[in-house]
Amino acid sequence: MKSISSKIYMYILYIFLYLPILVLIVFSFNQSKSRANWTGFTLHWYADLFRDERILTSLLNTVIVALAASVLATVLGTMAALGIHSMGKFSKSILMGATYIPVINPEIIMGISLMILFRFFVTHSGFQFGFATLILAHISFDVPYVIYNVLPKLRAMNPNLVEAAQDLGCNPRQAFFKAVIPEIMPGIFSGFLMALTYSVDDFVVSYFTSGTNVETLSVTIESMTRVKVSPKINALSAIIFVVIATILVVKNILENRKLRREMALSRAAVKEAGSRR
Amino acid sequence: MKASRALAIPYVVWVLIFTVVPLALVIGFAFTNQDGKITLENIFAMSDYMAVLFRSILFAIAATVICLIIAFPAAYIISRANRINQSTLVVLLMVPMWINFLLRTYAWMTLLEQNGVINRLLGMIGLGPYQLINNSGAVILGMVYNYLPFMILPLYSVMVKIDQSVIEAAQDLGSNKIRLVRKVLLPLSMPGISTGVIAVFVPSVSTFIISRMLGGGTNDLIGDIIEMQFSGNSYNPHLGSAMALVLMIIVLFMMSLFNQFGSEEDVAL
Repeated sequence: MKSISSKIYMYILYIFLYLPILVLIVFSFNQSKSRANWTGFTLHWYADLFRDERILTSLLNTVIVALAASVLATVLGTMAALGIHSMGKFSKSILMGATYIPVINPEIIMGISLMILFRFFVTHSGFQFGFATLILAHISFDVPYVIYNVLPKLRAMNPNLVEAAQDLGCNPRQAFFKAVIPEIMPGIFSGFLMALTYSVDDFVVSYFTSGTNVETLSVTIESMTRVKVSPKINALSAIIFVVIATILVVKNILENRKLRREMALSRAAVKEAGSRR
Repeated sequence: MKASRALAIPYVVWVLIFTVVPLALVIGFAFTNQDGKITLENIFAMSDYMAVLFRSILFAIAATVICLIIAFPAAYIISRANRINQSTLVVLLMVPMWINFLLRTYAWMTLLEQNGVINRLLGMIGLGPYQLINNSGAVILGMVYNYLPFMILPLYSVMVKIDQSVIEAAQDLGSNKIRLVRKVLLPLSMPGISTGVIAVFVPSVSTFIISRMLGGGTNDLIGDIIEMQFSGNSYNPHLGSAMALVLMIIVLFMMSLFNQFGSEEDVAL
């Protein structure tokens, strides 16, 4: 960021990105219900928020659905990645193509197509819309991200690793759990995190697959923005913003610290090499 | 290795049930009526919605172009910063993205309303109030705001790989800024552009919440019409499926147009 003009450009860009959210947060402390008129400071929207049964229930539902779906998607996706990795070129490309569909398909199409499928289940069996449909739908859009995260780790893995483990006395099962799984663990973990984020954030697919009995947080937010709005939404946004910003900023600070240390180390190494000469 | 190939079997079954069958059902519904008879009436009924379809495509293209114009310099500036600033700038870009997009769109409602923050501020200096919401501009703004990071991030990830010496060489050989962008930066960032264009266009052309919240019911998009066929009063999944099919064809067309530049590696954003 050398020139003044590029600095100004970036400032304007980030103001554009953050201003709406900051305005939302400021008005979460506003006494009156007005979304534009400041009448004084209060915390009572926050108190209201934590007494709101509907919001708390849907928050809990979101956690249940997101955790269940991302854990199951991680298991299914890791198994799939292991299988895909050892496939021939042809079947691999077909399966990877099918994996690409949920990623690129518009969410609304995924939502309505699963809705049609689940309606079919409901009319032909005792199946009901609710947690089951939500979790099944979430797994469907989560799995590709797990596969995309695990496959590169498998490709980077030394192909002789399994043989080496077996030479050292592992049976195939032990070789798999003690050599392969630890090797691809970072990929499994980042795939799980990505699946979890997508699940927590999802609105469109949940909207079409939740039915009327179980609401996730984003479905609740949507129906709240439809009717006359309460500053409780602002309070909720403020809390979500602070939580997310804290996690990401702390993560960034830790990474930067590591980066600085590495840079310092490499500088020291260069100096050392220079002085030796 | 046979045993490990078998590990993919549950996933193959999953893909069949939850990806292939649902899409086949959409196609089946599009070409049948309530009585289960094969028909083209849903496809013909689409002609009533040509204006909506046209508007959706137009808005999505506008949003994509605006995103590209804003994102290109931004991604370039980030990619030329030092490594620590780079990671900070990228994280700052991602924080708003992780907030539910309904809340982000709702935030713009509070800004743009007739009695909203912007009109209040303008009122203080004796201007307005202006009609800022419930028009096409507000819907496009909503799309740009929500999907801009989807354009910046893939652009950044290809631009960061462009060696500074390539840029310096172009400058040494007498390139001015415009030629540098046209002859060096643009061709080298083509994979990022195509990923970004698809990542902005697809959610924009298929959205139904942004248009409802910021368009005020007068700027319905194809997504709104589809949604109404499935959960509104005008329940008609057959017509809805026909529209979904058209939407899929638009998306596929767009992708085939841009995929020739793209690499598949960047998709898992």
